[in-house]
Amino acid sequence: MAPTAERTLDRHLVRFADALRAAGLAVPLISTLEFGRAVAEVGAERRDGVYWAGRATLVHRPEDIPLYDEVFEQQWLGALDRGRPATSPSPVTLLFDEPGGEPEEEVGPESPDGDVLSVRFSRVEVLSARDFAECSDDELAELHGLMARLRFAGESRRCRRMGPSARSGRLDLRRTVRAALRTGGETLSRRYLEPGERPRRLVLLLDVSGSMEAYARALIRFVHAVIVGRRDVEAFALGTRLTRLTRELSTRDPDAALARAAEAVTDWSGGTRLGDGLRLFNDGWGVRGMARGAVVVVLSDGWDRGDPAVMSEQMQRLSRVAHKVVWVNPLKAAPGYAPLAQGMAAALPHVDEFLEGHNLDSLEVLARAITAE
Amino acid sequence: MAGNVSPVSPHDVASVDDVIAALADQRYLADEGLATAVFLALRLRRPILLEGEAGVGKTEAAKALAAWSGGEFIRLQCYEGIDVAQAVYEWDYSRQLLHLRAAEAAGATEGVAVSDLEDELYGERFLVRRPLLRALSASGDDASTPPVLLIDEVDRADDEFEAFLLEILSEYAVTIPEVGEFRAEVPPLVVITSNRTRDVHDALKRRCLYHWLAHPSVEREVEILRVRAPHVSLALARDVALVAAELREMGLYKPPGVAETLDWAEALVLIGTDDLDPDAIEFTVGTLLKYREDQERARARGFGDILSAVLGA
Repeated sequence: MAPTAERTLDRHLVRFADALRAAGLAVPLISTLEFGRAVAEVGAERRDGVYWAGRATLVHRPEDIPLYDEVFEQQWLGALDRGRPATSPSPVTLLFDEPGGEPEEEVGPESPDGDVLSVRFSRVEVLSARDFAECSDDELAELHGLMARLRFAGESRRCRRMGPSARSGRLDLRRTVRAALRTGGETLSRRYLEPGERPRRLVLLLDVSGSMEAYARALIRFVHAVIVGRRDVEAFALGTRLTRLTRELSTRDPDAALARAAEAVTDWSGGTRLGDGLRLFNDGWGVRGMARGAVVVVLSDGWDRGDPAVMSEQMQRLSRVAHKVVWVNPLKAAPGYAPLAQGMAAALPHVDEFLEGHNLDSLEVLARAITAE
Repeated sequence: MAGNVSPVSPHDVASVDDVIAALADQRYLADEGLATAVFLALRLRRPILLEGEAGVGKTEAAKALAAWSGGEFIRLQCYEGIDVAQAVYEWDYSRQLLHLRAAEAAGATEGVAVSDLEDELYGERFLVRRPLLRALSASGDDASTPPVLLIDEVDRADDEFEAFLLEILSEYAVTIPEVGEFRAEVPPLVVITSNRTRDVHDALKRRCLYHWLAHPSVEREVEILRVRAPHVSLALARDVALVAAELREMGLYKPPGVAETLDWAEALVLIGTDDLDPDAIEFTVGTLLKYREDQERARARGFGDILSAVLGA
């Protein structure tokens, strides 16, 4: 291949990688270089060769394959001179950052009389008991800070990794022999091993359907606080689709994390297909291993337009693999609430703990439920 | 399985088609995507990360690769809590202790410095080589055939182990404090599989060539059945593949993989089925669908209905 042709090819490859990035695929520079080498090996003459070389080097998750295919079609099927692909991410409104909509409610508790110190002090208390649905954006942001103070150490479970033990257990030959060397080969003291402990995985499933909107914007902050607060947490948004949010929300900066999450969730405040969402979770993640032995927390009001039988079946599957299923329903706190929503009624028999989640105090109860044995 | 001499050695492959042909020789039918990943792995000396549903042939691919290359097949099955002692090396402590006692009984420990004693105990003689160390220290008589290292179900191991794996895979070397560094003369061909029960770390993914193994098309599955179970008639193989494809569309909890269809075809032959009928499916459905709910869903639709749906057209 002539040098100029080579350079043209390189430019195509780089442009392809750029297009993938523009379409939302994470393509590190090293993968682009790898792609170049791969194409050089396979040969750029055949379209399939380039396709598979890219699949092996640029794609690292099966979910990205459709996106890759789409961009590939655009870039390599005579569309090269059309320049940038049209797949710029569609603008998504940050619904949970929009004004709360109940201005008259906001006046009461925070009227600025009394000295500043006592107001600041009481403000935390007032905020703690304040229903999320009635919070303004500023209050939500402040609550976010308070949520970060909650501790979610989590239940621990025995794991198979052994650690040194002071008591007796399995004989640790490695350390026993080491110790014997110090005494001229005489095994005077024995050393032992015992199984270590690990926190149980925590899986948070947040309902982002329309009926939950008022609470979801607060609860997603809670989810973020949990994710950055401890390890081994997974988070998903349940709406008409299932969106994994673990990566988006693992950024420490709350604003950046929320913005990324909003971008990822395309069905924010959409319809309610809770049972189907749970099914997707069970099929794709939960039953395969993520929920096994884990503490699973569903944050939802239980409104489901789908078939309650689906809901019941999926909750049953989930409860069979999970260590504990906690259902957090913000509506539970309302006076006279009964779990009449079909989905909720179908789910309840498979739930280990049924909690409120309408304000910070109730989330503290939740944090304790997660932590307790 | 490793029978006839392959036409091309893994180190002289010139094209993706070579890989397809060579793997077919090992009775493994790879599609172009997998073959490209293998081809690139051989040329760029990179590990391959294979993900896919259970039973689509991830482990088989590694075995076929080993049979083709003639290199030793070394398998490391990952599980929770796996650590260096099980994956890389361990000292044979009981022998060390015995050796100490014996030396003592013979009076050989008198006047010997502890450090000398230690050197003796931590010699290669007492070293137990686990899969990763075996893969890295295989020098063999023919250095041109490196072993094939299968790291199976890496998602079952924990993060700590994954980080450790990354270190080994970038250097193809491991250091044992008491002995020194082991560096592979020829890097092993590494195949990593994952069932996606959790995400494998990005850094590890970047080190690897990635391939998602999907369920095969009907035509390919018929070919696979014919190759792996030659006594299954062509007609039966086609029916089996069609039913399997139909079941995969039904949204079951565990759609049948190639491993299941192979088992199923074998089971059908065993009970003497020539033409697939609803009764034969009823008798053998346990080899194909492994969840009670899945079996019930298929039964509720009716095996006869499924059959006429796929064969009727």
